[in-house]
Amino acid sequence: MASPLLQLQQLAVSYKVGRRTLDALRDVDLSIDAGQTYGLVGESGSGKSTLALAAMRYLPANGFIRSGSIMFGDKDLAKLSPEEMRARWGRQIGFVPQNPATALNPSVRVGDQIREALRLYSRDESDVMEILKQMRIADPARVARQYPHQLSGGMQQRMLISMALSGNPHLLVLDEPTTALDVTTEAAILDLLRGAQQMLNTAMLYVTHNLGVVATLTDRVAVLYAGELAEDAPTKELFRQPLHPYTRGLLDSVPRLGQRKDVNRLRGIVGQIPALGETIDACVFAPRCPLAIEICWQKRPTLDAPTPDRTVRCHRWPEIMAGDISPSRAVEKSSQVTKQAANQVLQVDGLQVAYKMPGGTLQAVRGVDVQATSGRTLGVVGESGSGKSSLARAVIGLVEPSEGKIDLLGIQLPKRLTRRNRVVLSHLQMVFQNPEEALNPHLTVGESLSRPLITLRGVKPADAKAQVGELLAAVRLPADYADRLPSQLSGGEKQRVAIARAFASQPELLLADEPVSALDVSVQAAILNLLADLQIEHQTSMLFIAHDIAVVGYLADEIAVMYLGQIMQTSPAETIFDAPYHPYTEALLSSVPPPDPFVKQERIRLEGELPSAVNPPNGCPFHTRCPRFLGDICVEQKPPWRETEDGKRIFCHIPLEDLLRDQTDVLQFEGAKKS
Amino acid sequence: MTAYILRRLAFLGLTMLLTSLLIFVITQLLPGDVCRVILGREVGENALEACRLDLGLDQPAPVRYFTWLGDFLTGNWGNSYSTDAEIRPLVMERLGNSLMLAGFTMLVGVPIAIGLGVIAALNEGKAIDNGISLGALAVVGLPEFVTGILLIEILAFRLGLPANSSIRETATFAEAFPSLILPALTATFVLLAYVARLTRAGVIEELKQAYVRTAELKGLPRRTVIWRHVLRNAMLPTITVVAISFGWLISGLVVIENVFNYPGLGRLMVFAISRRDLPLLQAISLITVLGFALANLVADLLYAALNPRIRIGS
Repeated sequence: MASPLLQLQQLAVSYKVGRRTLDALRDVDLSIDAGQTYGLVGESGSGKSTLALAAMRYLPANGFIRSGSIMFGDKDLAKLSPEEMRARWGRQIGFVPQNPATALNPSVRVGDQIREALRLYSRDESDVMEILKQMRIADPARVARQYPHQLSGGMQQRMLISMALSGNPHLLVLDEPTTALDVTTEAAILDLLRGAQQMLNTAMLYVTHNLGVVATLTDRVAVLYAGELAEDAPTKELFRQPLHPYTRGLLDSVPRLGQRKDVNRLRGIVGQIPALGETIDACVFAPRCPLAIEICWQKRPTLDAPTPDRTVRCHRWPEIMAGDISPSRAVEKSSQVTKQAANQVLQVDGLQVAYKMPGGTLQAVRGVDVQATSGRTLGVVGESGSGKSSLARAVIGLVEPSEGKIDLLGIQLPKRLTRRNRVVLSHLQMVFQNPEEALNPHLTVGESLSRPLITLRGVKPADAKAQVGELLAAVRLPADYADRLPSQLSGGEKQRVAIARAFASQPELLLADEPVSALDVSVQAAILNLLADLQIEHQTSMLFIAHDIAVVGYLADEIAVMYLGQIMQTSPAETIFDAPYHPYTEALLSSVPPPDPFVKQERIRLEGELPSAVNPPNGCPFHTRCPRFLGDICVEQKPPWRETEDGKRIFCHIPLEDLLRDQTDVLQFEGAKKS
Repeated sequence: MTAYILRRLAFLGLTMLLTSLLIFVITQLLPGDVCRVILGREVGENALEACRLDLGLDQPAPVRYFTWLGDFLTGNWGNSYSTDAEIRPLVMERLGNSLMLAGFTMLVGVPIAIGLGVIAALNEGKAIDNGISLGALAVVGLPEFVTGILLIEILAFRLGLPANSSIRETATFAEAFPSLILPALTATFVLLAYVARLTRAGVIEELKQAYVRTAELKGLPRRTVIWRHVLRNAMLPTITVVAISFGWLISGLVVIENVFNYPGLGRLMVFAISRRDLPLLQAISLITVLGFALANLVADLLYAALNPRIRIGS
C-alpha cells in the first residue's frame, strides 16, 4: 500500500494563556490515505478543531506544536517556514470553514473571490462558471456577481467549497462545514462533497460533532477526547462495535430517528469533559466512564491496536471486544407514567405573526392552529424561516400576533405581555436556546431561582431558600449550587438552572425553544431526559421547538411540521417516520443523516431556495420546491387537510392513497425495523 | 441607492433650514444695539433711528428672518457693519484659503495617519506598535499653539520655511504653497493620533474575522491578504471619520490660523465676533455649518458606496 498522504505522529499542541501552557493535544497519531474521507469527532473541548488547524499548520498566535510531526507527503509540515506553508495552502491543502456567513469577504463579489483563487493557482479565470456549475448552481453568471450577504448560507458554503477545490488540493480539511446550515441544505452539501471527492479523488479530514454525518460520509473515524485519541477505526466497524466507552457513550447520547423517551431512553454520559490544561496521569475518561476500575485511575492507557486497522486507548478493550462487559451505561429509570386524564391546556387558533420590514411585511406565522394537553409534549419541528420560534414567542407574549386567538386553560390570553396578570405569567414559562444568555450573570443561582418563587408564587422570602434546594434537587444539581454564579457553571448546568427556574412557578405550560441545540450531545441526552421526567412529575404541558427531527421525535408525543409559517403535517410521534408523509416531511426525513451506517435512506433533495416570507407563494406554500408537485392546483389552491387512520393530518393536494403508493418508508433499517 | 441619496439631500436641506433659524435667533439675542456699535456712543437718537430704519431693524423678527434668508440664498449677503465691504467676496476668499489648507492637510496627514495605524495594527503588541500609539497620543496631547511654535522653531528658523503664512489675494497656488506647509503640518498632528488609532483598531478587528483565515488558507501572499481583504473592510469606519473631520478642518483651525497668521475662515470669524459684525458672523456660521453638513453627507455616501451590505440590500 502507498504511503499515507497525511500522517500525524505523536503530535502534541499547546496554547500559551498568560503564563500557563495548556495542552490541547497529546500524542495524537493519525494517518489519512490519498482519497480517503476521514471523520474526526468529539465534543467541544476535545481538541478536534485544534487538530484540524494543526494539520494545516495554521494555529492561532498563542498555539504551538510542542512535539511530534505532521508528515504531508515526504515533508514534515511542523518544520516548514511560513512561506513554505503558504505555497501549500490552497494548492495542496484546502480548507472549508464552519460558518460560511463570516468566512467570505463581505465587500468582494463572490465570483471575484473565486477568480482570485484561480489566478493564484495559474488557472483560467473563466473556469469560474464551470466550477459553479459543478456546484449545481442554477444561474452561475448571476450568482458570481453577487456579494456574500445576498446569498443563502447554503450558497455561501458552495462558494467556499468551490474556492477550496479550485486549487485541486490533495487534502481538504473541513471544520464543521454544515453545522450552521439547515438539514435539507446540509444534505445537498454532503452530496456535493461526496461527488467532488469521487471526481477529484481528494482526501478529506472532516471535523464534526454530528455522528450522522460521520456515518453517512466517512470511510474512517477518529474519536478525540480531552486532546487524546480515544479510538480510531473504519466507520462501519466503529459503529458496529465501539471499543472505547466514550465512543459508546456518544452513540448512546444521540437519538436515532424513531427512538422514544418512554421506550428506549438515551443514556448519555455523566459528568463533563476536563478543562483544558488539567494534567492527568490516568485515563482521561475515567471520571465519566461506567467501566472504570482501579487501574484506570492509576495508569494512562497505551494506544493499542486490537486489529490491524483500528486503535483504541482503553485498559479494558479486550473485555469489551470479547463481549464480557458492555460499555453502555445502565438506563436511568424513567419516572413512572401515571395516566391522568389529559386536560387541554393550550389552544391556538388562526395565529398570525407579522413583522414590519423596510421592504414589506414579513409573514412569519400564517394561520397556525395547535393544541397542547397536560402531561404531553407538542413538538414543533422546522428549518430556519419556518416560523416555529415566532409561534413560541407569540404564545409567551414576546411578540404580539396580528391575528388569532390563544387560550390557556380555556381562557383567552391578552396578546400583549404587559396586559397579562401574574397568574398567567406563572402558568406560562419558557426555556431558551442559549443558557449562556438566559441567566443574569450578576445573580447567584439561588437568587435567580428565588425570584419566580417570591414574585409569581407568593412564597415568603424566608421560605424561599428551602424551596430553592428542592428545585435544584429536581434538576439533579447539588444544593450548594445555590451560592454559585452562572460563570461558575458549565453550559449543561446553566440549562438545568434555567429549567429549574421555569418550573419554580409550577407552570401549566412550558415553552422550550431549542433548549438542547447549543449543548454537546452527551449533555443534550441528559437534559432531554430531565425534561421528560419533570413533565411526568408535574403533569406539565410542553411546547417543544427544535430543528432536529430526531430530537423532537424522541421527546414529543405529538409533532407539528412547519414550513414557511404554516403547519404541513401533524402526527403522533410514533408514526411520524412511517409513510404516508407530507412531501416536505418526507424530504426532511430523507435529509437527516442517520447516526448509523447500516440504515438505508431514500434520497430526496429540495431544489431552489426557501421563498421569501415577505412574498410567500400562493396555494400550497411548498409548491415551489415540492418533489411531488402536481400542477396548477398546487399553485392556485390551498391544499385540504387529509386525515390518515393512524392519526396523521397532512396538508396536501395529493390523495392519501397516491402518497402511500409513491412513498416507501424513508428509512430502511437493517434487520428488525426500529429496534 | 438613488432613494437613499435623495433622502439624505432632503435631510441636508432641513438641517440647513433649522440651523439658519438657530443662527438668526442667537444673533438677534446677542446684547447690544447694532446701530450704536456702528455709529458710536456720541450719536443722537435721530441718527440711530435712521440707521435702524436703514437696516430694517424696525420690522418684526419673522419678516427679518425671511428677508435675510431670501437675500442670502439669492447671493445678496449684504455689507459688513464694521468695514462696509461686501461680505460675499470676503467670505468666499477666506473659504478658498481654508479649503486649500484643509485639502492640503488631508493630502499629507491622512495617508501618514492611516499608514501608521496599519503598521501599528500589523505589529500589535510589539515595540513598533507601542511606539506609534504613544507617539500619536503625545502629539495629540499637545495644544496646537505648542506644536505650531515648535514647528516654527525647528522648520522655519532652521529650514527657512515661511512662519508667517499670510497670503496675498492675487497669489497663485504655487506661490501660496510654502505658506501652507507649517499650518498643515500642525493640523496634521491633531488629526494624526485620532485617525491612526482608529485605523489600528479597525485593522486589528478585521484581522480576527473568519474571511481573513479563508484568504490566508487560499495561499494568498500576506501582502494581498492585507491590501485586498483586510484594508478594504477596515478602512470603512476610518473613511467616515476622515470625511467628517474635513468639515472641522475648514473652520476649526482658529488657533493654528492665528499662530501662523493664516487668512482662513476661522480668523475671520474671530474678527466678526470681536466687532459685533452680525451679517458677517451669520454668513460665516452658515457657510461653516454647510461645510460640516456636506462633509457628513459625503461620509455617509462614501460609507454606503464602499459597503455593499448597505449599497445592495439582501
